[in-house]
Amino acid sequence: MSKNAIGREIPEELDGVKLTPFDGAVKHTPLVRQDKGNRQLPRLNKLVDTIEQAVIKSGLQDGMTISFHHHFRSGDYIVNMVMDVISRMGIKDLTIAASSLMAHHDELIGHIENGTVTQLITSGLRGKLAKFVSAGKMGKPVLFHSHGGRARAIEVGQIKIDVAFLGVPSCDVYGNANGYTGPSACGSLGYAMVDAKHSETVVLITDFLADYPNTPFSIDQDLVDIIVKVDAVGDPKKISTGATRITQNPRDLLIARNAADFIVASPYFEDGFSMQTGSGGASLATTRFLTEQMEKKNITASWALGGITSQMVKMHEAGLIKKMLDIQTFDQDSIESIAKNRLHTEIDASYYANPLNKGCAVNKLNVVILSALEIDLNFNVNVLTGSDGVIMGASGGHSDTAIGSGLSVIVAPLVRGRTSTVTENVLTVITPGESVDVFVSDRGIAINPRRKDLIEHFKKVHLPFSTMEELLEKAERLVGKPDSIEFTDRIVGLVEYRDGTIIDVVRQVKALD
Amino acid sequence: MKIVKTGMAGSLESSDVLITVDSNPGKGRNVNLNSIVKRQYGKQILKVVDETLEQLSVKDAKIRLEDKGALDCTIRARLEAAVYRAAGSESYPWENLT
Repeated sequence: MSKNAIGREIPEELDGVKLTPFDGAVKHTPLVRQDKGNRQLPRLNKLVDTIEQAVIKSGLQDGMTISFHHHFRSGDYIVNMVMDVISRMGIKDLTIAASSLMAHHDELIGHIENGTVTQLITSGLRGKLAKFVSAGKMGKPVLFHSHGGRARAIEVGQIKIDVAFLGVPSCDVYGNANGYTGPSACGSLGYAMVDAKHSETVVLITDFLADYPNTPFSIDQDLVDIIVKVDAVGDPKKISTGATRITQNPRDLLIARNAADFIVASPYFEDGFSMQTGSGGASLATTRFLTEQMEKKNITASWALGGITSQMVKMHEAGLIKKMLDIQTFDQDSIESIAKNRLHTEIDASYYANPLNKGCAVNKLNVVILSALEIDLNFNVNVLTGSDGVIMGASGGHSDTAIGSGLSVIVAPLVRGRTSTVTENVLTVITPGESVDVFVSDRGIAINPRRKDLIEHFKKVHLPFSTMEELLEKAERLVGKPDSIEFTDRIVGLVEYRDGTIIDVVRQVKALD
Repeated sequence: MKIVKTGMAGSLESSDVLITVDSNPGKGRNVNLNSIVKRQYGKQILKVVDETLEQLSVKDAKIRLEDKGALDCTIRARLEAAVYRAAGSESYPWENLT
């Protein structure tokens, strides 16, 4: 027996369980108000004045892993802003685990060259940084993951984030943050929510401090360590445009018409179906043609997943799509929708597509419309490397939604410039052909022979069907047969399938003489 | 054909090629190719250029191609136009063009 802080007799242990005596109201809870008598102090906030103070307070050390999200798209200021400070502070050998990186993040090249950053984990790379990596100028290969694969890797601890630097459009002094309030509103914070939940230390960076509590919130105060207020987290004009416009390109419209005709004639087009579309030209236009058919045939979708665009919001507000689950919000109309429409719900990346959790949203998709840089005779799809072998895109949710959905529709022009979309073998496989059901182009539609049920179903339907072999021949008659791209043996990128296995590698492209 | 001045044809639009032909007296053919599909189609483009110059009997010329993914037929047409302009010839053999 011993006396605790208020003089009560407490046994040291009871039935073999060791007991800890009470030691005072605030002894073991450093974040709790320490001084009841003072109404001002302690200031219950997590604000520091500068990024540098945040980095110091976070305990960031050489060799650690830091993370960023890409909800600010091409308008993001956070990655360059934070990396500038870290680089100046002389911290080395960091791994950046970003949900994705954009073209304007090419400032990272300097930080890679001076040793601040030695590894990248990301969904995609673009612009100069992508060329830099493809040219073999980075020591360690880049690890490319899908959105669902990233959530899985973080949840199982394969990616261990030491410090997450998360830009948020609004938060209060205690860390309740959301994506649809403030001058830099981006909509859903779905990718960042995973980092907030699973990182050792969470730093929020905002340009809009809201009154406490900043409800409704996407990132909860109980996950947040440090908050920094900066002048701007991004360029609103580049974070989102007003409304995603429907393409006027006749070829994209033709592809969209073919895709919509195919979907409408498929067994998946029935009342209560669910769908996801990409934000590419043909994909968006498909939504428009589908809308016409849904109105005509009195069919409504029970829900849509995305990648939400103004097209979907219009359909939702017209009652054609009952509910929307939103991992990433693409335009101003959709940002306003997630703020005001109760059935437009924000979801995190694990809920969206983590293949190892107890149920992710892609598993319940009926139809998904996806793009492709290349697709081959086995229906393997490449969305990462260009036809010249250089990295230029992102894995995104491509492989996640392709396998999760009942019907995965790949839309692309048969030929872009002098480049055929259909190839014998894609340069880099992101999505395996066994999860791809149909390829729809301006010159024909090819159903994956694996889908015997669909081939049987469409026997009675008159659409411009072809085999993939015929499409390849058609393309090569136009553009000729390309020479193979020459690569060195050096591996510059590993492509992780959503389950964590390696589905392909990206090699260094040989320099042109 | 004899190249007497600078002749240009084409554009920098996607799927087109901008071709500049200049004189190169007594020094043969000098072809300079820039192409967004050089890795895949560089050799094929140079072959088309060579064949076309052969057909037009151009022996000495400097040729610069800024290619934005043009098809062979486009390259041939642009090159023929540029050569005729560079040769100062306006009598196009429409019936016999390749």
